Amino acid sequence: MDGSRTDDSTEGQETVRDEGHVVAEGRRIGPVLMELRNITLRFGGVVAIKDISFDIREGEIRAIIGPNGAGKSSMLNIISGFYTPSEGALLYRGETRPPMRPYEVARLGVARTFQNIALFEGMTVLDNVMTGRLTHMKAGLVAQALWWGRARDEEIANREVVEKVIDFLEIQAIRKTPVGRLPYGLKKRVELARALAAEPSLLLLDEPMAGMNVEEKEDMSRFILDVNDEFGTTICLIEHDMGVVMDLSDRVVVMDYGRKIGDGTPDEVRRNQDVIDAYLGVAH
Amino acid sequence: MAHQSGGAEDPRSVPAMLARNATRHADRPAYREKEYGIWQSWTWAETQAEVEAFALGLLDLGVARGDHVAVIGRNRPALYWSMVAAQMVGAVPVPLYQDAVAEEMAYVLGHCGARFVIAADQEQVDKVIEIQQGLHQFEHMIYVDPRGLRSYDHSRLHAYVQVQAQGRAARATWLPELQARRAALGYDDTCVMLYTSGTTGKPKGVVLSNRNILETAKNSASFDRLDAGEEVLAYLPMAWVGDFIFSVGQAYWTGFCVNCPESPETMMTDLREIAPSYYFAPPRVFETQLTQIMIRMEDAGALKRRMFRHFMDLARRVGPRVLDGKPVGLLDRLHYALGEACVYGPLKNALGFSRVRVGYTAGEAIGPEIFDFYRALGINLKQLYGQTEASVFITQQPDHEVRPDTVGVPSPGVEIRIAESGEVFYRSPGVFVEYYRNPDSTAGTKDAEGWVATGDAGFIEEATGHLRIIDRAKDVGRMADGALFAPKYVENKLKFYPNILEAVVFGAGRDRCAAFLNIDLTAVGNWAERNAIAYASYQELAGHPRVLDMIQSHVEEVNRSVAGDAMLSGCQIHRFLVLHKELDADDGELTRTRKVRRAVIAEKYADLLAALYDGSEEIRTETEVTYEDGRKGRIRAHLTIRDAAVGPVGMREVAA
Repeated sequence: MDGSRTDDSTEGQETVRDEGHVVAEGRRIGPVLMELRNITLRFGGVVAIKDISFDIREGEIRAIIGPNGAGKSSMLNIISGFYTPSEGALLYRGETRPPMRPYEVARLGVARTFQNIALFEGMTVLDNVMTGRLTHMKAGLVAQALWWGRARDEEIANREVVEKVIDFLEIQAIRKTPVGRLPYGLKKRVELARALAAEPSLLLLDEPMAGMNVEEKEDMSRFILDVNDEFGTTICLIEHDMGVVMDLSDRVVVMDYGRKIGDGTPDEVRRNQDVIDAYLGVAH
Repeated sequence: MAHQSGGAEDPRSVPAMLARNATRHADRPAYREKEYGIWQSWTWAETQAEVEAFALGLLDLGVARGDHVAVIGRNRPALYWSMVAAQMVGAVPVPLYQDAVAEEMAYVLGHCGARFVIAADQEQVDKVIEIQQGLHQFEHMIYVDPRGLRSYDHSRLHAYVQVQAQGRAARATWLPELQARRAALGYDDTCVMLYTSGTTGKPKGVVLSNRNILETAKNSASFDRLDAGEEVLAYLPMAWVGDFIFSVGQAYWTGFCVNCPESPETMMTDLREIAPSYYFAPPRVFETQLTQIMIRMEDAGALKRRMFRHFMDLARRVGPRVLDGKPVGLLDRLHYALGEACVYGPLKNALGFSRVRVGYTAGEAIGPEIFDFYRALGINLKQLYGQTEASVFITQQPDHEVRPDTVGVPSPGVEIRIAESGEVFYRSPGVFVEYYRNPDSTAGTKDAEGWVATGDAGFIEEATGHLRIIDRAKDVGRMADGALFAPKYVENKLKFYPNILEAVVFGAGRDRCAAFLNIDLTAVGNWAERNAIAYASYQELAGHPRVLDMIQSHVEEVNRSVAGDAMLSGCQIHRFLVLHKELDADDGELTRTRKVRRAVIAEKYADLLAALYDGSEEIRTETEVTYEDGRKGRIRAHLTIRDAAVGPVGMREVAA
């Protein structure tokens, strides 16, 4: 990223102003929540991710961008515990995280949405969002089946959280609608609701705007910013739409062919020559 | 009911009424709002505590007697409480239309000189921030929903709950002042100020006193025997006088419960859950609902369709008579009861009309077919005629005297006079005090004896004593050959077709009539889908030749019906076009209450109007549009103009 600096004086000024802006908005960017150290991921002979390090700070919106096949989703899958890196370490709140199953990672407070919506199509929006509370339910199978004692209290408490999320994402009108009947943009929002219902400390969004029209993108951007602002949730997102990424995120990691080619504020990344080459192509 | 006939000891202001209800109806629900999926409710005693805490907070913020406090947002208990709290501290609440664009809002806020604004959410707060530079008297803003506002500069911005907390904390300091101000409220003090949308010119601030509101509430509640057991759904704009009368005036007078929907989108679900006993909706809502029912019936199975048709035919014949208590044959009665069990009951339940005892519609003429459909189902839907200046009620239809073409008899306490020009005048305890800071308009509308000009032309039917409205007095004109020109009469006939959303007829001073039409996207879109007609936009659908054919057949049917009326046969439509965009209040083409602004439209589409009369068959045009967020854009279109067949000329000669 340093190679891209063509005019040092303006660069410096802009950075200062950017930081000042962040402070003025009252956003609370805290210490490092998750750190990825020299991560490499191989599938047999294919190297999907090669020696990548970056960190995610508490309360920030961190974007991972890159052209198709750059390894973005693999990166997200490593964070969510779906893949175990071939080399390198993953530190969560300063401690090395041992290889974990995805459900264990979820219990740590990491929730995610998927690129190709993964909801229960036959269930209502409400029930889908309730599944996001699964990690918070302790009652046994029998108690749940009989809806008795602790199971009942738990469901009421969990429903309260879910209703707040429904209210927050303005999906009250479709509360009782089966997900299969909803248009694509709303399904995406329901998926975000389910992830939020888990009250995550780290929210992973895999292409939250993919396939949306401009208006839906604007709505989704507003919800992402509101989530971050209202609950202070740390968000790590993958996105293709450069405009959206640059507007939303505090810091951006740029990947290309499994390597990291840029890391910094949107403005820094935008001026990075390697990034420009990766996106616009270079004459060889 | 007995308590409503009380005399001198009746409370003389809305806050005093609240205090009465907090004792008399202490444990009865006063407000409900669906939030977090559950109907949260507040009793009258709790409401009193909530309002008082906020009023104390307002005193703490420095609200003075006579200040104007603007209230902007959708129907929520907190906003209703804000209005009553403002009254309690001697200020004047001014509810604003929440969908008004910033510049419209700037005019109203500047005109009333609001020092305080109570806004529902970030959207409204942003609008006020955008225009606050030009508002010299504006000082503080209070918001209800904190979402997205965390990082805003809070030096002049306060959270509603914060103001309440402040009020509770400073209770000891401010309570004596609050009690003094509340006690000082008189019957002729201003209760509320409402801005009329006005079909021409700038909005005017209608000042209504406690007397206006409470007398009107008392009279209208007794007319329909409303009591503390009613349930209403508050979903119409808070800035509209009707909502103030229903959700504040009558609610406080009788002590009934006001239910607020969860969000505008959930209105229909909430309506079904509450099943109000007293319901108001403009004709448009009933039209939309009927269109939806018909569309859904088209998609239903064959058996259901046949059942629906069979029982609806019966209902149209028998239903209104059953409702009016007229004699009906035993067989028909049994048949109707079967229909109630199989079709009408479930349908009413799905619509949320199971418990409607008194339903009203007003604002525009309602199509006779639409009106009769609801009455046939056994819903006591009636019409009323009202104005902001009258605190709503001028005339209303008593039970069992309901017809689609009249607006009823004078409401209790209202006198009606028809001037020689045909214009309707009225006088009542509900007649407004004045237009705020506009003595000229006040004098032009209300004379020294208290008679108010409605601006509508009409006559009283001698046989029944019911009032019939023909058109806006100023719109009733003459055509070039001297024949009577009543555009609204024709427009209403056109709009009764579900496919036609809006119509604007021109013809004053001309030799024949022509019209601009808007298609209804829901109805025509559904028709297009069933007929496999592909379209990418409103504009494309509106210009489709088969759509034009269909609309033409509607226009010709209307012409046939108009031709049958000797007085008005000159108003047949010779040429028409379907506009490439929906007429929109944001573009100033409609008022906020969706009445067409004829002059604005004629000027804006002057090229299209000229084309209607110069015989050209098509025209290219470009129009400026305003988007919901206030941005402007332009759309280009190529429109086809159609000629419609008109009725026999002989009829016209008779009329002329």
